[in-house]
Amino acid sequence: MVFEKDLNLDATELRLGLPGSSEESLRISNKRALPDMNDDSGVAAAKKCDQETAPPTKAQVVGWPPIRSYRKNSLQTKKTEAETGGMYVKVSMDGAPYLRKIDLKVYKGYPELFKALEDMFKFKVGKYSEREGYNGSEFVPTYEDKDGDWMLVGDVPWEMFINACKRLRIVRGSEARGLGCVV
Amino acid sequence: MNYFPDEVVEHVFDFITSHKDRNSVSLVCKSWYKIERYSRQRVFIGNCYSITPQRLIARFPGLKSLTLKGKPHFADFNLVPHDWGGFVDPWIKALAKSRIGLEELRLKRMVVSDDSLELLSKSFPNFKSLVLVSCEGFTTDGVAAIAANCRFLRELDLQENEVEDHRGHWLSCFPESCTSLVSLNFACLKGEINLASLERLVARSPNLKSLRLNRVVPLDTLQKLLMRAPQLVDLGIGSYVDDPSSEVFSKLKAVIQLCNSIRSLSGFLEVAPCCMSAIYPICENLTFLNLSYAPGLQGNDLTKLVQHCRKLQRLWILDCIGDKGLGVVASTCKELQELRVFPSDPFDAGNAAVTEEGLVLISAGCPKLNSLLYFCHQMTNAALITVAKNCTNFIRFRLCILDPVKADPVTNQPLDEGFGAIVRSNKSLKRLSLSGLLTDQVFLYIGMYAKKLEMLSIAFAGDSNKGMLYVLNGCKKLRKLEIRDCPFGDVALLEDMGKYETMRSLWMSSCEVTLGACKTLAKKMPSLNVEIINESEQLEFSLDDRLLVDKMYLYRTLVGHRKDKPEYVLLL
Repeated sequence: MVFEKDLNLDATELRLGLPGSSEESLRISNKRALPDMNDDSGVAAAKKCDQETAPPTKAQVVGWPPIRSYRKNSLQTKKTEAETGGMYVKVSMDGAPYLRKIDLKVYKGYPELFKALEDMFKFKVGKYSEREGYNGSEFVPTYEDKDGDWMLVGDVPWEMFINACKRLRIVRGSEARGLGCVV
Repeated sequence: MNYFPDEVVEHVFDFITSHKDRNSVSLVCKSWYKIERYSRQRVFIGNCYSITPQRLIARFPGLKSLTLKGKPHFADFNLVPHDWGGFVDPWIKALAKSRIGLEELRLKRMVVSDDSLELLSKSFPNFKSLVLVSCEGFTTDGVAAIAANCRFLRELDLQENEVEDHRGHWLSCFPESCTSLVSLNFACLKGEINLASLERLVARSPNLKSLRLNRVVPLDTLQKLLMRAPQLVDLGIGSYVDDPSSEVFSKLKAVIQLCNSIRSLSGFLEVAPCCMSAIYPICENLTFLNLSYAPGLQGNDLTKLVQHCRKLQRLWILDCIGDKGLGVVASTCKELQELRVFPSDPFDAGNAAVTEEGLVLISAGCPKLNSLLYFCHQMTNAALITVAKNCTNFIRFRLCILDPVKADPVTNQPLDEGFGAIVRSNKSLKRLSLSGLLTDQVFLYIGMYAKKLEMLSIAFAGDSNKGMLYVLNGCKKLRKLEIRDCPFGDVALLEDMGKYETMRSLWMSSCEVTLGACKTLAKKMPSLNVEIINESEQLEFSLDDRLLVDKMYLYRTLVGHRKDKPEYVLLL
């Protein structure tokens, strides 16, 4: 076709770039300038216009990367579930008039969890050691696991804990003897 | 062969099973055509619009197994609008009316309705096998009809379909008398199922070899199922979360030891990494491992698992395994033939990714590698050249660099030389997908060397029509060509119109093809359907031949224009 030579598309076209150039030249837009045979500058202007509208970010390129929608949706779902699904458990504290609920999924590990509990109930968790449990505090964090047993928070790896934990109870020191709390 | 009675020739044909060979045989002479057509039981139709069900039925009265594909491949990536086509309903209706004793139906990228499934389930008393891949349009009610009515069902395999889930009862629709199941895959269903029904079903299916569960099946049910079916060869785990110190988990560990027939493992849709050690005993014998839907497993977990899989032939994994993890694969899995590395987060560069390093390690360590799908963040020419030296057996090579026009980060050059090396040294290459910064040069190489190439996927590549022309002229065996966002236009499209009759289909979107050129092509080649998909308003205003088309899909057909096209498709 004669089009290409006359319109000098090479000069005005959005190329895929010389090595090292940026990726602005992605053409995603559905809008097509009608090539006008009589007006070189018109085409140039139209193409320029295309170029000046900010190229969409990669995330907006339809159909890229080439992953089946089913797969994309699957991974997306898992992310969203992780984000909004939540693992809410009740938290009670001895002496407090009502319980609270927290989402265990929000925390990356025990330190974050304890900070949140301390803020929520205005107490201090003691220092944890495997041998002695929580040292230096009147309050001890415990949880009920899937078997219905009351366990000391902190003994098992975090992942295991959040999968096993059904509810939390912050126990007052005087009752916590035997759970390794040194008062 | 004319000296032999038909029955003898037919008996000889029994040994000819591949579709290609059967097709060739039917072309030898009238007598062979006739014998072949009456004895043919399995038919594969790569494009459902290339023929009508009526003509299929007329030619092959003995049909037992039908495979149909509908939408073009790029429909997988949302490039084809909704309800474009690919409806299976007319096929099932026509088959149901005929005397065909259908036993097996395999569909890919088709639209399937509950009514179709119900009709299917009621029309063929010997129906044995239903395989649906990437289909849509049906709900679990349709699945329930299959379960309820197909008395001798052996295989119900749902792979990656979008299914509306009406919760639960479909599994209970398998009658108590159904004991013939060999393969059940419902991993893609999202809803609850009746776990007790599932246990009973597995208990009364002594021939069950393949079972793939969905994510709502918990670990304790898995343990009970494995107790009932230790003979399983293929297992897809749904939810794999428990406290390793629990009694249920101990039971699971024990029963897994008994499952020494398992060769294929997948799923882990929900997973607690601390439970993975129970799987190690069966890793020894695995030939196929698919962890591509298990984002709960981190690189370390994957590496630890793979170290036990010495006999692995096919591995599908997420890129969080990292280059180092791929190094472990390379040193452990010496039998590896197929590797697929999927992105765990397509839009985020992040740390969890693989680069050219991982691929080079794999190529060096796995001499039998013949099939690759690799999503990565960057690739270099040097790496590809090394891979080409190490691996000369590739049949499928699909490389996707997540950044669409990324150059070689070391040299800033296009990746022409790298891909050129791949096609030069892999003479059996049948399928190729390109990515990264590419000029016309890479297509020159492909045209020159990829003589066995059947399918080529191109995106954001090339400089001019020459690129496309190199491919069309050089790749004599080309069957499917799909192109998006490339500067290929009318000159390339119209140079050799007869070529498209030797191919199944051509897809071009966001290229530089004009409406006029498409019209010319359609006029000159009545054996092709040339479809224009245009979702923007422009086409309504003017049918100006100079207009660039959004999306063009053309395919050869024996039956002219299809009658079920939606409004936004223009058939020229």
